[in-house]
Amino acid sequence: MDLLNAFVALANYVLVPGIAYGSQLALGALGVTLVYGILRFSNFAHGDTMALGAMSAVLITWGFQSLGLSLGVLPTALLALPFAIIITIGLLLGTDKLVYSFYREKKAKPVIFVIVSLGVTFVYNGITRFIIGAEDQRFLDGERFIISARDFKEMTGLEEGLAIKTTQGLTVVTAVIVVAALFWFLNKTRSGKSMRAYSDNEDLALLSGINPERVVMITWIIVACLATTAGVLYGLDKSFKPFTYFQLLLPIFAAAIVGGLGSPIGAIAGGFVIAFSEVTITYAWKKVFGYLAPEGLAPDGLVQLLSTDYKFAVSFVILLIVLLFKPTGLFKGQSV
Amino acid sequence: MKKMLMATTAAALLATNAYADAHSKDVKLGVIFGFTGPIESLTGIMAESAELAMKEVTDSGMLMDGATVSASRADTGCVDNALAVSSAERLISEGINGIVGAACSGVTGAVLQNAALPNGMVMISPSATSPGLTSMDDDGLFFRTAPSDARQGEVMADVLMEEGIKQVAVTYTNNDYGKGLADAFQQAYEAAGGTITISAAHEDGKADYSAEVGALASAGGDRLVVAGYVDQGGSGLVRAAIDSGAFDTFHFPDGMIAANLENNFGTELDGSTGQHPGTDSPGADKFTALVDGAFDTTSPFAPESYDATALLMLAMQAAGSTDPQVYKDQIMSVANAPGEKIYPGELGKALQILKDGGEVDYDGATAVELIGPGESAGSYRQIKIEGGKITTVQYR
Repeated sequence: MDLLNAFVALANYVLVPGIAYGSQLALGALGVTLVYGILRFSNFAHGDTMALGAMSAVLITWGFQSLGLSLGVLPTALLALPFAIIITIGLLLGTDKLVYSFYREKKAKPVIFVIVSLGVTFVYNGITRFIIGAEDQRFLDGERFIISARDFKEMTGLEEGLAIKTTQGLTVVTAVIVVAALFWFLNKTRSGKSMRAYSDNEDLALLSGINPERVVMITWIIVACLATTAGVLYGLDKSFKPFTYFQLLLPIFAAAIVGGLGSPIGAIAGGFVIAFSEVTITYAWKKVFGYLAPEGLAPDGLVQLLSTDYKFAVSFVILLIVLLFKPTGLFKGQSV
Repeated sequence: MKKMLMATTAAALLATNAYADAHSKDVKLGVIFGFTGPIESLTGIMAESAELAMKEVTDSGMLMDGATVSASRADTGCVDNALAVSSAERLISEGINGIVGAACSGVTGAVLQNAALPNGMVMISPSATSPGLTSMDDDGLFFRTAPSDARQGEVMADVLMEEGIKQVAVTYTNNDYGKGLADAFQQAYEAAGGTITISAAHEDGKADYSAEVGALASAGGDRLVVAGYVDQGGSGLVRAAIDSGAFDTFHFPDGMIAANLENNFGTELDGSTGQHPGTDSPGADKFTALVDGAFDTTSPFAPESYDATALLMLAMQAAGSTDPQVYKDQIMSVANAPGEKIYPGELGKALQILKDGGEVDYDGATAVELIGPGESAGSYRQIKIEGGKITTVQYR
């Protein structure tokens, strides 16, 4: 029995990556859920909005780096983030004016919006690849670790190391700040209240004098903030590669639907449920059980439920189960 | 206006035909590599190396009484069978006389089966190393100047055993190359008494490999063998393994050894080992001198590319024909003894000997010796990473 080593091994390979990944999914799912709640369609372009936002941040970061600007131990990308958000806001408002408003005026069905957003996805995807290319881009600088595995081992004398990357710490801190700000905005400000009213009942909201165009505009602005932040954090923590954002769409939608589409709290909970399911189901528990099991009973096999190849299948299966048994999700969102 | 257009088009067509006729003696070789995709940082140099051999032969003016050899490049995407086959078919329909390529094992099999065999085209791959290609039915059309990974698996097992590493975890890229190499290594390593704790595939092109590394770390081992690509999942996996402290040292086969490995990781990999096809024969130095700094001659498969191209042209000269069906039988004889040894930079001399009815034993930049169904016997450069640099330990 070696509880401490078991816990550290678990933290290093499951808890820390899971929490960081969960925060990134939660931020992405919040954007999807807001669009669904207020504009009433599933926005497939969200993944590529993240890619475009992150791309702007990458380019601006490179600009800052060549100017010699930096944030010391923190990545320069944080400095670029506000500018990237502004670019993304411009992009989303432009897209809304050019594309979505046309269908909104015609009171098109949600399914048409979904297909339209799919078209927008491919356009965004093309722009991203055209500007920055399809390859991996590195834009992370500053200190890489809050604590590295080697330092941790020396400090504690344990057999197992625990590494916490700066980007993982940043992801969690930023996610908490962004979520707190979002909830304050939705619950305490006039604009936030009008958004919720519009989401609950469009006609009643119009009757009480809420300007729909304004609500739509604010929604896109918030979505741009969320998408860019999520995209940049994911890019910093993993790597920036346009195609991976498209792949992220599945877990993000799974998170939003598991939590309940249209429910911000649900999106956050869903993000963590999906992240931890993906990580724990594909994790090989041999090491952890090896420390926990009594002498001589340590497992020989890997104790792995599913090979890591099936990571994306996990979120897909959870999505199906939730849709079958609880279509409104954990937090009573709208049914799909 | 319409008539005018027609007339111009017709004139243009006639002109092209006339041009083609005037140059019918020219030799055109297809260079079909993965210019995009997982090994794109290697293939640019490989193609330059192949074209260097063509230039040397053209400048010598000895091939077929002064034929000009030119290259037509085409992309395979390294892992895209459909693209590779259509590229090869396009070049064949353009009238090439031989193929240098393909570069990656999977697409090489696809091009061989679907384009080269039906059209009777000779192909010499400088870098396809999958053991599966050894037994593939090829009508005597397929050769390679790179050794099969069955051999690399044995060398890899020997290197690790000599280092005193008795237990390793293996991860391989999920394709013909990775799987073939991992299996060959497992067989050789276990026969030598080593233990493989886990042999897990990884997919290329993902952003996050922490889950894969979690499984590898859980299985444990003294070293992690990464049979992947340096520009793809291989680097991502190594990055995640270093970050989480799962493994400190690694062992890299050929797909991972490139300048980008130094660029990506620097001193973090110190103590790691690896091997890739290479030789210390006099040919290697002569090749470096011949290239004269135009590109990095230690880049994997660059010398093999030169040799593959040279073999094609020497075989044409020996057969006195640029028809693949005729010269395919000459490739083994120009590559192997008996005959005068030929090194890089001596292609003109070799062509002269062949023209006079003599025999050559092409040794080239990589001590070429074709065995079995026409593949290199193989010698490897064992490397160690020290101070962030890839250094040579020995050749074996």
